[in-house]
Amino acid sequence: MIPTSYYLILAALIFATGATGVLVRRNALIIFMCVEMMLNSVNLTLIALSRQWGNLNGQIFVFVIMAVAAAEVAVGLAILIANTRHRRSINIDEINLLKW
Amino acid sequence: MSLSVLFFLLVGAVCLAAAFGVVVSRQPVHSALFLLVNFASLAVLYVTLEAQFLAAAQVIIYAGGIVILILFVIMLIGGETNDFSAAQRTWSRIVGLGLGLILLVGLGYSALQKLLPLPADPGAALQGGAPKTVGLELFTNYILPFELVGILLLVALIGALVMGRQPEGAGEGIAAVKASDR
Repeated sequence: MIPTSYYLILAALIFATGATGVLVRRNALIIFMCVEMMLNSVNLTLIALSRQWGNLNGQIFVFVIMAVAAAEVAVGLAILIANTRHRRSINIDEINLLKW
Repeated sequence: MSLSVLFFLLVGAVCLAAAFGVVVSRQPVHSALFLLVNFASLAVLYVTLEAQFLAAAQVIIYAGGIVILILFVIMLIGGETNDFSAAQRTWSRIVGLGLGLILLVGLGYSALQKLLPLPADPGAALQGGAPKTVGLELFTNYILPFELVGILLLVALIGALVMGRQPEGAGEGIAAVKASDR
């Protein structure tokens, strides 16, 4: 059996990669994908700890997170499309209408 | 090194390489395909963690639904941006990498601080995370969150429809469709 810590380290690596992608990239679509990746790495953590403690609650939590992620993708992509209609760009440096 | 650890290292390496691919790809389409590989390898890891139902859900929802949706949008709006434009400050990339590294060190430190002991016998409680076990738990103890998730999905569906709709009197669209609208 594989120790739970291995999974935690892998999840930390994926999460850090996704966070770095959010900070470094300027394409809104790629930032979106990086956010999805971070959500998934947290799912991996929850499932690993669910096995560690022999408790099903973590898996239920992951199920709910998946549904929320699906809702987030639908709304987020609709916002991106609506923004592209107005500005002809998905560079987040140019999406600054609400910036102070 | 046992066979299961070797398998974990192999799948984990694929997963991590795909994650890097998402971040460094210049074409958004390549990023989306790397994301697909990432999700699929995570589903394999879920099976090794006794979560069979969630592995199937991962493939269906993420690999089958979300990635396809992202690919649709890429093909709809092009997704071509100049990620290396002059407008971007040169130091912002270095700062981003530095902050990511700090986050990684912090997370890794807290994960390695106390190595967890091997679980006793998860098979008894989880039963491989089979649909029956998860479903029984979901529809007895967690019925209220389940219903709330259903409402959330409905709200998100309506919200996406409202925001993605063509504005009134937009110049785009097929002429025949617009004529029948009037």
